[in-house]
Amino acid sequence: MLEFSLDARRGSFHLQLDSTFAAPWTVIFGHSGAGKSTFLRLLAGLDRLHTGSARVVHQGRVLTDTASNLWLPPGRRQTALVAQQPTLFPHLSVHSNVAYGLAHLDRETRNQRMNEMLQLVGAMDLINRPTSSLSGGESQRIALARALAPGPELLLLDEPFSALDGASADTLLARLHGWARARGIQTIQATHDATDAFITDAEVMLLHEGKIAAQGSAADVLVAERARLLSWLEPDSPAPRRDNL
Amino acid sequence: MDWQALFLTLRLAGLTTAILLVIAIPLSALIVLGRGRWLAGLEALAALPLVLPPTVLGFFLLVLLGPRTAFGRGIIALTGHPLAFSFSGLVVGSVIYSLPFAVQPIVAGFAAVDTRLVDAARLLGANSPRVVLTLLAPLARRSVVAAAVLTFLHTVGEFGVVLMLGGDIPGATRTLSIVLYDQVESFDYAAANRTAALLLGLSLLALVVFYSTTSARSARRA
Repeated sequence: MLEFSLDARRGSFHLQLDSTFAAPWTVIFGHSGAGKSTFLRLLAGLDRLHTGSARVVHQGRVLTDTASNLWLPPGRRQTALVAQQPTLFPHLSVHSNVAYGLAHLDRETRNQRMNEMLQLVGAMDLINRPTSSLSGGESQRIALARALAPGPELLLLDEPFSALDGASADTLLARLHGWARARGIQTIQATHDATDAFITDAEVMLLHEGKIAAQGSAADVLVAERARLLSWLEPDSPAPRRDNL
Repeated sequence: MDWQALFLTLRLAGLTTAILLVIAIPLSALIVLGRGRWLAGLEALAALPLVLPPTVLGFFLLVLLGPRTAFGRGIIALTGHPLAFSFSGLVVGSVIYSLPFAVQPIVAGFAAVDTRLVDAARLLGANSPRVVLTLLAPLARRSVVAAAVLTFLHTVGEFGVVLMLGGDIPGATRTLSIVLYDQVESFDYAAANRTAALLLGLSLLALVVFYSTTSARSARRA
């Protein structure tokens, strides 16, 4: 369970969120500028508030509490964040990128974990490639494998499949969903693609201009989006494209 | 040719460069990755030798390291001799005087590294030293090399601080620039020409080697 209460200002933008995520998979749906990335960065501990207030508790463990001046650094939160832009370390190979967060493990365990992650994201054949030779989609797969490798307890996904084609993105999302569920890893996925919420049968938080506009099941919260998706299936509609949904 | 002065100069420049890299890399990382207004003060302090007249810096160090101050007396008690007018004193002076030439290129290099890479490393559990050693330093290696070259050359040509702090002791503090000064003072222009040409050649050679390396050239094309 993830409990959070955030009150943060960035210039004219005001993020004000107070809620609890109990579902294993939650989708944060909102248009660009709604505050999805800011929210995820605060959860990950990448941004530290110096004004405003923040309290984040995951599975009973306090990650941030400005009232008591508590802020766990990102590496101690057992939290992974995979962003839209894959940020692979350009001077390291795919192998070294995925192994970066596994320095504390012995070689055998490290290799075992790496293989597991690369199989999960369908990138075993990329292990010896230099990162500079990867396509956008391949980079996103490796960034995902790297983030998952240390075994996070909280997984934050910030539109990490944007460079993949629709079918590949859906397959990877379904595979990741099953993997995270089997290991009890709570996942928060930010997206502006409503299909992700339906694929994962997630709890949905609808974000609008930094505030919670609605929260509940995908069927309840995304009624309008669902109707729009279904309208694509009408015989007279043009062929749907994932990035247009 | 004063070979003793040449070797002393190269030894001083090499030692200063090595010490400064050890100091400047973590200091630059602190300036780039740290948060707080006090960092502006730290950056200003690190840049101060750039605008301070070398003789002023040399004078302050001469007084500070001498027996007139508690700090200087402490050093004498520890080492058995004052640092002023010794090779060790010259190294201390050179390190302080060349500090901005090491720090500024490295700060610029570290600041150019994508902050999202640093975020990714932190999320994967990397502490600050690991971020610096595995990410910032390798990605900003051209800046680190530039800092080393600049520091070395700046120390080779150092005069004011050396004269104030070290004087002119053959084998201990007489560097090539002091030799040149002595030769001009005694109107030995032929010898001064040779010494000046050597200093010029050294500087030019180091810069040619630096600019001819593939990494430096590709950095300019990027």
